[in-house]
Amino acid sequence: MSKHHDELVEKSPRQSASGESGFSRRGFLRTTGATTSAIGTTALLTEDEAIAAQGAGMGPGAVPITLNINGKDQKLTVEPRVTLLDACRNNLDLTGAKRVCDRGTCGACTMIMNGKVVYACTVLAIDAQGKKIQTIEGLAAEGKYHPISQAFVNQDAQQCGYCTPGFVMASKGFLDRNPNPTEEQVLKGLGGNLCRCGTYMGVRKAVLEASKVMKGGKNA
Amino acid sequence: MQAFEYASPSTLKEAIGMLSSKWGEVDVLAGGTDLLSLMKEYTHTPKKVVNIKGIKELGGITKSGAGLKIGATVTLDELVSNATIKSEYPSLLEAAMGVSSPQIRNMGTVGGDLCQRPRCWYFRQGFGILGQDKNGTSLVPKGENRFHALFPQAPAYYVNASSLAPALIALGAKVQVAGPNGNREVAVADLFVIPKSNSGRELSLAANEIVTSITVPSARGVKNATYEVRQKQALDWPITTASVALKMKGSTVSSASIILGHVGPTPVQAKAAESMLNGKSLTPDLAAEVGKAAAQGAQPLNGTAYKAQLVRTAVKRALLEALKQRA
Repeated sequence: MSKHHDELVEKSPRQSASGESGFSRRGFLRTTGATTSAIGTTALLTEDEAIAAQGAGMGPGAVPITLNINGKDQKLTVEPRVTLLDACRNNLDLTGAKRVCDRGTCGACTMIMNGKVVYACTVLAIDAQGKKIQTIEGLAAEGKYHPISQAFVNQDAQQCGYCTPGFVMASKGFLDRNPNPTEEQVLKGLGGNLCRCGTYMGVRKAVLEASKVMKGGKNA
Repeated sequence: MQAFEYASPSTLKEAIGMLSSKWGEVDVLAGGTDLLSLMKEYTHTPKKVVNIKGIKELGGITKSGAGLKIGATVTLDELVSNATIKSEYPSLLEAAMGVSSPQIRNMGTVGGDLCQRPRCWYFRQGFGILGQDKNGTSLVPKGENRFHALFPQAPAYYVNASSLAPALIALGAKVQVAGPNGNREVAVADLFVIPKSNSGRELSLAANEIVTSITVPSARGVKNATYEVRQKQALDWPITTASVALKMKGSTVSSASIILGHVGPTPVQAKAAESMLNGKSLTPDLAAEVGKAAAQGAQPLNGTAYKAQLVRTAVKRALLEALKQRA
């Protein structure tokens, strides 16, 4: 247990270097968190210092990196040990992907990297540079549902909803490669995602429904 | 995770120069599916992490008359998408598909599958590779050991974690290794050793060596199959695996290789079972007898006796699967 407590008070790169502006739920939580605990004490290097450090290997302090997320280049400054998931959640306000097991097992953090589904908790952010990353936030235009998300709603494919963003992204990655799947293929294709509430039946139906709706590339 | 320095060299020479001759100081990062978890648990606390995915010569699958050369950083997804693997190496295909999470197959590499650390929960919780207490007594035999060895080699009770190793060994594959003193080659079977101490390693690699590729001899005329038993059909580690490779002479077996996975600290060669097949024509009855022989000599821990039956069944089913092939 002590390890986990250590990690909580460890210097962690909570501050955003991306010029985040305005009010957000996460920003609010972060600010209040910072006043009551040791979170947010990272001594960030200036960008120049960080760039100078790259020549002789990078880190262990924070270094500037660029991630291409949902078609947009995002500059941020993180330590090499920061995962893609934590960088998205803590630095870029992309909190759709969830941190659940944090050990590459449950799939709640699923993102699509260069067209393939990955566990974002098990990819280093620094290692994700130069790759096209798609998160649940980039799936559909603001206020619109992607056919997969719509199918999840139609088929009642969630209960607590915590696994849902990961399942939707895993479904997207799966359908991109298997546009016309059988139920058996859906079963195997989503083998990397867990739902504690047991909504698998609904998820399976949703993926099959989405595959029909998306046929012909409509809205896909 | 402890903070570390990160490097992503583009040549093998550079990468080897960045490694340390002492284990624990520098870790090699490929897919990261095991390493990141080890670092998050503080089981590994490297000062430096060297990403080898940027080294071009470590990637790609090439076919020659002699067989297949698989780069160490080839992902399991690339492996199972390869036409030759699909047509000629069903045992490797099945073994890789046994890693039943697309996310893991998309990131995890062939070299990483071989070099991953054991899943033993004593090791993962910080009791060392042999799971010992302060007095050097292993906690495993008297503890929770239902996923541990059926064929332990004291003081090692953990099981080898590799999904591909049994199939690779059965097919006679070799591993190419590069280090500061040049390149060398070892049989996949000889990659795995019993650690000398609780802080030792279960690989015959030096800390500053990198697995660069795996060569698998041509499997033309070799019937080969893998049967894996898991608790869940979705993402889960295998409990017992059997991989078989049968060289055929007409309808009779001229030589057989039967390798068991996840029942010992190294993959286990079932020699007595192999010899029963020589010169014989494989039938379902014989497959069942061979399966029984494969479980002989087991020394189960108090929680692993059930694996003997899994071995019998896995070997039988792998043989029957191979029997179906035309080869």
